[in-house]
Amino acid sequence: MKTKSAAFWTSALAALALSLPAQAPQILTLAEPQKVTVPRQGEARVALKLSMRPGYHANSDQPSEDYLIPLRLTWDPKAPLEPVEILYPKAKFEKFEFTEKPISVVDGEFEITTRFRRASGAAPGPAFLSGKLRYQACNDKMCFPPKTIDVKVPLLLQ
Amino acid sequence: MHKLLRLTGAALLAACLLLAGCASTVSRGEPASGSNRDTPSRKPAPDFELKDMNGKAIRLSDYRGQVVLLNFWATWCGPCKIEIPWFVEFQRAYKDRGFTVIGVSVDEDGWEAVRPFLASRQVNYPVVVSTVEVEQKYGGVEALPVSFLIDREGRVANTHVGLVTKKTYEDEIRRLLD
Repeated sequence: MKTKSAAFWTSALAALALSLPAQAPQILTLAEPQKVTVPRQGEARVALKLSMRPGYHANSDQPSEDYLIPLRLTWDPKAPLEPVEILYPKAKFEKFEFTEKPISVVDGEFEITTRFRRASGAAPGPAFLSGKLRYQACNDKMCFPPKTIDVKVPLLLQ
Repeated sequence: MHKLLRLTGAALLAACLLLAGCASTVSRGEPASGSNRDTPSRKPAPDFELKDMNGKAIRLSDYRGQVVLLNFWATWCGPCKIEIPWFVEFQRAYKDRGFTVIGVSVDEDGWEAVRPFLASRQVNYPVVVSTVEVEQKYGGVEALPVSFLIDREGRVANTHVGLVTKKTYEDEIRRLLD
């Protein structure tokens, strides 16, 4: 038992030591979306709660420079809900070492809210909304390739 | 005994995490700003062949005997845009002394994104579009800009991840050219 435990920890430590330096930091985290109850009439709202690693930012949905990649949420068109409006967080204008003037970014904790209407013919019962959130993040010295987060929101259609 | 082993293991794991965390933020035997690695500690720069805008093959090994600043960049990368005019200046100033910059774009859209960018700037050094294989050879290119300063023998004398000063680059290039 003693030998097995020592071997286990040795292997675990070796694997950890090899894997850690190669890992890119987790920059933007999406909180697990809560189930949304969709009424028979009227609108439904889905709020995605996001958290940016301290010291990092992402371009807002309306970047101030043409070359910057915007924050963009897209929903699967085959969903039982049809998006009416996507409300992105209010951007901040910040100056960085690599910019001549302030640029439009988001950072810290923020929400992206989507207003939906029920698609015609959507049957009552449980369902899912699928979407993709694309972002491109930087800190004051470097930028990271654009990434896409898969979004899945559980629904209960009344 | 079992509990003791688990505690020892957990303590070792915590120590390892701490060390790994430090290793990612503290320089691991890297040279001071403006100076290069000692010759014995330089590793060979992986060779590659990529195409430039006109379809001409650019091989790193073709530049053996020259000092090469190999710069990974992208059109969406703000810090990269700060550096490119410096590199244009370096190319102009040091080309005749056996120096070249090679720009390697990692843009997903390839030449569709890079061609208009180059057309709007007077980039006077070779620019190629990367592949995943080349990026893996150079450590994965997880953040930009990343630059490798390669000596005349084809060895990596310096690596910079993120924006550093123009003076830092210039001092390092001059040291390799002298």
